[in-house]
Amino acid sequence: MKRGLAIAWLLFLASVPVWLDDLYVLHVLIITGIFIIAAMSLNLLLGYTGQLSLGHVAFFGIGAYTSSLTTLGFSVHLLPDWQVSADPRPVWLGMLLGTLVAGLAGWAIGKVSFKVRGAYFVIVTVSFAEVIRLVALNWVELTQGPMALNNIPYLRLGVPGLFEISFLRKPANYYLVLAVAILSYIVIRRLVHSRAGRAMIALRENEPLAASVGVDVTRYLVLATVVSAAMAGAAGTLYAHYVRIVDPDVFLFIYTVTMVIMVVTGGKGTLAGPVVGGLIFGLLPETLRTLEIRAETQWVIYGVLMVLVVYFLPEGIVPALRNWWKGRQQSPPNALAAPAGTEAAR
Amino acid sequence: MSADPKGAELLVDGLTIRFGGLTAVEGLSFEVRTGEVLSLIGPNGAGKTTAFNAITGYIEPDSGTIAYRGARLNGLKPNKIAELGVVRTFQKTSVFMGQSVFENVLLGLHLASKQGPLAILFALPSVAREEKALAEEARRILKFVGLEERSAQLASALPYGDLRLLEVAIALAAKPKLLLLDEPVSGMNPTETASFMSRLARIRALGITVLLVEHDMKMVMGVSDRVICLNHGRIIASGSPAEIQTDPEVIRAYLGERYVRARG
Amino acid sequence: MDQFLQHALNALILGGTYALLGIGLTLIFGIMRVVNFAHGELYAFGAYMMYLWVMVLGANFYLALPLAVLLGVALGAVIELVLLRRLRGADIDTTMLVMIGAWIALQNTEQLVWSGVAKSINAPFPSSPLVLGSVSVSWNRLFVFVVALTLIAATYAVINRTKLGMAMRATFQDRDTAALMGVEIGRIHTATFALGSGLAAAAGALLGPVFVVYPTMGDLASLKAFAIVILGGLGSIPGATIGGFILAFMEELGAGYVSSGYRDAMGFLLIIVILVLKPTGLFAQKERIG
Repeated sequence: MKRGLAIAWLLFLASVPVWLDDLYVLHVLIITGIFIIAAMSLNLLLGYTGQLSLGHVAFFGIGAYTSSLTTLGFSVHLLPDWQVSADPRPVWLGMLLGTLVAGLAGWAIGKVSFKVRGAYFVIVTVSFAEVIRLVALNWVELTQGPMALNNIPYLRLGVPGLFEISFLRKPANYYLVLAVAILSYIVIRRLVHSRAGRAMIALRENEPLAASVGVDVTRYLVLATVVSAAMAGAAGTLYAHYVRIVDPDVFLFIYTVTMVIMVVTGGKGTLAGPVVGGLIFGLLPETLRTLEIRAETQWVIYGVLMVLVVYFLPEGIVPALRNWWKGRQQSPPNALAAPAGTEAAR
Repeated sequence: MSADPKGAELLVDGLTIRFGGLTAVEGLSFEVRTGEVLSLIGPNGAGKTTAFNAITGYIEPDSGTIAYRGARLNGLKPNKIAELGVVRTFQKTSVFMGQSVFENVLLGLHLASKQGPLAILFALPSVAREEKALAEEARRILKFVGLEERSAQLASALPYGDLRLLEVAIALAAKPKLLLLDEPVSGMNPTETASFMSRLARIRALGITVLLVEHDMKMVMGVSDRVICLNHGRIIASGSPAEIQTDPEVIRAYLGERYVRARG
Repeated sequence: MDQFLQHALNALILGGTYALLGIGLTLIFGIMRVVNFAHGELYAFGAYMMYLWVMVLGANFYLALPLAVLLGVALGAVIELVLLRRLRGADIDTTMLVMIGAWIALQNTEQLVWSGVAKSINAPFPSSPLVLGSVSVSWNRLFVFVVALTLIAATYAVINRTKLGMAMRATFQDRDTAALMGVEIGRIHTATFALGSGLAAAAGALLGPVFVVYPTMGDLASLKAFAIVILGGLGSIPGATIGGFILAFMEELGAGYVSSGYRDAMGFLLIIVILVLKPTGLFAQKERIG
């Protein structure tokens, strides 16, 4: 039953470009999809491992810039008389590198940030992201600063001589983003239902207890960060080669906040949460725009919405819906009901 | 690293722990012999839990050594110590509150699992097989502690006595050879305590050595092979339960000077 | 050398207001354990209140200043009562998320009301600066410095010499014991948040006329406040004070001798370096505030 629903849902998603004529709406869906991938990655770190990292946009941006610079080529003077340059490379390589470098950044930043915990950890992560943003803004020789990297090439895949697919137009990008989103979802699901995922959940729930049964705290914190960062970086590369302009604004704190809102309202620590949250906060702005509501008012609404969700639906929308659904189907409580499968499928 | 059947499994030598100006544990030396149940007793603040914390790697001692089956425990992180077979429970009820009873034990089976990241990523059949085996093991453990009927319930919904049982189940899942229990029956009523005592006997029968911190004298006297009494971070008496019960130093520590004099 | 002196003087003056920001946050963060992302918004609020009273309503500058601060205190109290009361037992993540929500709502409300155009506030000071040998300082900034120091001293006095201050210190040390001793934790929290917010508003009200007022001015202020708190150690007023000056110095010297673009990065780099090297801060006094 669950399988059937999932397949139906996927088929529906795959069919969208076929019947959707409005290219602008398709564009919104693509951007939403990219944000959902980023939100899913943040969910791994924030929802499952319980670490409130507020620097997540840094990985997104690092992925975007790395891929852009790889595919555009660059030339910098690391020292007054030491120039380093690189020729443009194919986009698929850029995207791969973007993902890897973001993962590496996750490793490095994670190693440093996890020396502190709690509120200090949050502040360190924000600080890292801000430093990286300022570097992107000021290291003009490499990043063009506020003038942005332009004319970023689009992805081309194919077998030379046989065929080639160009991901230039919206439908192609939609499918690309959908494919990566599905892949990301599967990766996270497999991870979360495994020993590694359990270790992360254990860290979130009760760190000293987790250590007492053999969970290597640092190892799993860093693992969660690396996977999470790489995935966010992948989202960043998708963004870079779709929008094809990247500027330091991609590192703005407000985007981290957007991802956090998506994860928290959708339901942190659930697989569906970031998807639901992403859909809501990806599509809501557009809906509000058609109602002629200004951007500032929208954000006030989001701020208030987030506060309300934290108060009244502290676990998020997906768990609230699930509980409501369970409540409606309530038969006499059966203590010998199916074990692990149902609960762990969060 | 081997077990000497009649010998020392855990060796604590000259353990000293200070917090700022306060000396919590001073020159503590004792051993836990393979297969025995050793109880640490003493008034509050005597240093018992502090010693536990040092043995299991949660705090670093100022001096002294701790060795388990010859392997030095000082400076190791708690998870490494658990890998060596030394597992503890906590004084304050410590479970994974947001998870079900079953999942709690599954989380405790972390060390029993060998899935590598690539196997997980590619959903190799070995992963599914291992998950099945782990689920079996979790059910077995829950049966052992008598919690199998509450398998699907959230830990936060458990009554107090069952929570403490769950704690032990989680610890057992980590396959301890030496189990450190920190006040396992505190807050339990006499029925629950008696029930726990028989479970403890069954844990022993599995070949697990037990180091116990407890205040409930009935329990201590009923299950222990040996008892060590601490006060102000030092050992003031050690011996069999019967010997400890009549030891004047012990009585003085717990009940004060006047009681000793009153008894004559 | 002259340049250095000028930078140093600028830093000294800027440091005073930074200290106000830092002290406000260290009290809130220390006593209530709230990661107050909205702190910068109170700073912006103070600046906007000055704009409102001086430029829109034509009030006297010297009257508008304490009024702006008091309004900041009031807003702080309202935020605490409306938003934070319900979250008393909640974990730090939850309160942090609520404060982020508050920050977004506040900032965008400000944007709606005042529009994004930067506003300036006229100050009743001579426009030609005071020249002291090779360095010069504007009268406005001098005024800011004096007022900031006064407020810092006043805060110190409140914390250390009043009953309220004593209750705050007790709550910082051990909330449960303080409650058992009869301290009404709820009121202390409201007072703390109000006081901290008032200090942030004061910083904004003082700096508003020096620079310009715009809706996002609070963002960097928040983050710099965190840097100062971490630098000085949680809950330490002397630490936050000195931290404020240190940050100002680093920014001035960094901007002057390295690159002005990276000026704002100084705070963040400081945070990272300190938390990595000495997680408890330079002046960590875990046992007491004040």
